[in-house]
Order: sequence, then C-alpha cells, then structure tokens
Amino acid sequence: MNGFQPRGDGGGELSALDLEEQVLDVFVQALRIRHGYDFSGYARASLKRRVRQLASDLEVARIGDLIPRLLYEPALCDTIIEHLSVPVSDLFRDPWVFASLREKVMPVLASWPRINVWQAGCAYGEEVFSLAIMLFECGLARRSQIYATDINDHALEKAAEGIFGVERLADFESNYRAAGGTAALSDYYHARYALLRMRRELGERVTFAHHNLVTDGVFAEAHMILCRNVLIYFSQPLKDRVVKLFADSLVHGGFLVLGDKETLQFSRYADCFSPVDEQARIYRLRRRAHA
Amino acid sequence: MRRARCAALAIGGSAGSLPVIRGLIAALPCEMSLAVVVCMHTSAHVIDDLCAVLGDTATVSVVEAIDGAAVEPGRVYIAPGGYHLLVERKARFALCAGQRINHVRPAIDVLFETMAEAYRGRLAGILLSGRNHDGAIGLTRIRALGGHVRVQDPETAEAPEMPRAALALAAPDGQNSPDELQKFVRALAWIGPISDA
Repeated sequence: MNGFQPRGDGGGELSALDLEEQVLDVFVQALRIRHGYDFSGYARASLKRRVRQLASDLEVARIGDLIPRLLYEPALCDTIIEHLSVPVSDLFRDPWVFASLREKVMPVLASWPRINVWQAGCAYGEEVFSLAIMLFECGLARRSQIYATDINDHALEKAAEGIFGVERLADFESNYRAAGGTAALSDYYHARYALLRMRRELGERVTFAHHNLVTDGVFAEAHMILCRNVLIYFSQPLKDRVVKLFADSLVHGGFLVLGDKETLQFSRYADCFSPVDEQARIYRLRRRAHA
Repeated sequence: MRRARCAALAIGGSAGSLPVIRGLIAALPCEMSLAVVVCMHTSAHVIDDLCAVLGDTATVSVVEAIDGAAVEPGRVYIAPGGYHLLVERKARFALCAGQRINHVRPAIDVLFETMAEAYRGRLAGILLSGRNHDGAIGLTRIRALGGHVRVQDPETAEAPEMPRAALALAAPDGQNSPDELQKFVRALAWIGPISDA
C-alpha cells in the first residue's frame, strides 16, 4: 500500500500566514516601543490567537490594522493588555492543591515569625482571597502579608474590590469544601443582589500592585510564591527568567506553587527546587540560582 | 519523484469517539515517523486513565501532552482536560487555560488550527463522532493550508452532529467508516518507501 501523499496546494493561504507572522512581530515591537510591554517572550501560538481575537473584538480585519490604533490611541493600551493576558480562575481552583497547601505548607509557614506571600499573576483575585481565607483558618493571617501582582491594571482594580458574580457560588462552595475549608464559605462574603463581596478583613493583609514578570525584578522577600497558569503563556527562555526571579525572591526553604500542568522539568533552574507535592506542583527552594 | 510525507496526524473526537480512537491508535505500527496528537472532550483529572485505556491495545506509546515538550515522531499524545492544547511553530506543545471555546476545553479547533499552522501541508486531520460542532473550523484550516482531512461517516458515528458540522463547512478528502480510517492511518504511518502512484 502506498504511503499517503499530502496535497501541494494551499499556496495563497500559506503566504498570508507568513505575512501574518511578520505583522505579528511588528505589532509586538510597536507595543514594546510605544507602551513598554514586551510580549516577544510569550509562547507564540497562543499569543497569536489572542491578538487575532483582539483584532476581531475591535472590528478590524487584520492584525496589522491594530498597529496605528495602538500607536495613536493611548487609551487603547489597557484594552490590549487585558486581551493579551488570560485571567481565568475560581476560588480554590484545583481544590486538591489547596488541600495540599493546608496540610504540607501551612505548618512550615507557621514556623516563621512573619510570612510574606507573593501571588504573581493574580488576575481578578480569586486565588488571593482563597489564600487569605486559608491563612486565616490556619491562624496565620495576623503575621501574613500577601502581595498580589499582575500586569493587567483593570484586573488589579477588580481584584481589590473582591466582588464576584453569584452564579459562580456553587463552584466556589464545592471547591472550598474539597480544599478542606474548616468553616462555611458564607462566613467570608456578603451576598448582595447578584454579587458576592468578600469580607473587608480578608483584604486588609493584601497589597495589590502592578508588576511585570517579563521586565521587573525581585518584588519582595517571599516565604511562598504562587504563580499558577502564568508560565504556560511564556516561551522557554522567559520561563527560565521567571523561575530564576522566583528563586531569587524566595527565602531559603521558601515554597513555589505552579499550575497543575506547569512543570520545572525543562527549566534551567529545576535543580534549585525540590518537590514537596509533585502532583500539586508545590516545590521548595533548596539552593540559590546560579547566574 | 518523492513527495513529502505527513509529519503529524491530528485526531479530534467527542461523544462516541473513544472506541474509534482506540482502534486508530491500535492500528498504528510500533515504529513510525508520524507524531499523533489526540484531542478528546474530557474533564480534567482523567488523563492518566485515558492514556492507559488508549494505550493498552497499542504498540506505540501513548502519553499526555506536556506544556513545553517537543512533539516527537513515533508517539501518540493526548490533550489533558481543563486546558486548550496548542502546537507551536517549532513543534512544541503549549497549554492555555483561557475560556472554553465551543463550550469545551480542550477545544479541537484550537489544536487543529495551531497544528495546521505549524505543519502546514505536512499534516493530516481526522474528525470523529461528537455531539457539537467543534473541530469543523479547525479541519477547514488544515485543508486551507494544504493538509489532508478525513471525517468519520456520520452514518457510522454514535453522535453524528460533529462530523455533519464539519461536512457542512469543508469538503474533506474522505468520509470514512472506522475500519477505513484504520487503513488510512496505517498507510499514513507506513515508513517504507513511498511510490508516487
């Protein structure tokens, strides 16, 4: 039987695709030069999908048509950054991860007199409030400080408000129980009309701040860093940079928590960390990163 | 004259596709120069079971697609639940935790479109049984970029909606029963000399 032969056509579409790749490079350069956001280290396929979606939402035909708009409409910058970041989470998303944090990490955190937690890429704050609740239930809230950072200013504002749609409550509740919550989730929010407002006390130990993992440096001396489902959007060199940044930011023995499908196995700095719970992607800094 | 072989095969399936995918993977030879990537609509956390179920009748290794890993010939990769699976131009996997597309995550359209752009004419795509319309746009993209596409004959599909939606959007190179699709993937994976007949 013959081997299968692919067709040789598709020429017009192929050159359109090559041109689009070049235009995407120009778009990324323009965004960096005009607004200082550098997306050149982002994983390409998914960045391209999001830029195409941006073009479609702004009702322009091609990626290239976005370039004059990003140059001459300064107000558009926020919209662009919002489109290019992927803020999707839930309270206690992946509850088994939070259960593991409660069991394996909180007792160690309790041994430090002061606890700095950095959540890098906090989006709309779901995980910040999950952390705040867990620290409270473990009796650690009073000596904890959570730094929650993101590049998406709009998301940061929303996160600081701590308001979520009531339609998400059923998921939040079941996550909270599966994560080993010791009270009732309703202790931590007020429900008004279709909205849940997280209790103000939870936000007292949280500082929200703009920070860009691509360009900014060490943010704080942290005992634990959560950065879940952020590295998947970065190419390997940028992943390496950020993992090194985390290694530089953690105290010795500090914890790093990644998304459940994010792995250190391809990282240059993998040997700086030892696994605490491989399944939940919880790691511990065992030595400093080399330069 | 020898023309380029397909470097990769993308398979998408939903409701009713598991036995068909199992048969296709079982039909693959243990040595092949083809990389196979499978996107099924599954929930999160079943990936290990899924790899085991699809792998136990196969001679090739069936593994989870891992973020950042190279797409290597000779293996079958399965998209994990809860994320979209993409393939980068340099044939590496990437995951995305963004919104559901076509109400599903992983979405077949996302895998097919990114593989079409990475492999271009060196890709074949197969769309199987399912109850929604995911995969139709991706299959169209594979074909537009010079790849080869097959759709399961809706008459043979437990859930005919997905193949029908694809047939309505794009004319495939073949509309086949599961048995015919097994022959197709065997020919695709054949590593002997190819004639130009």
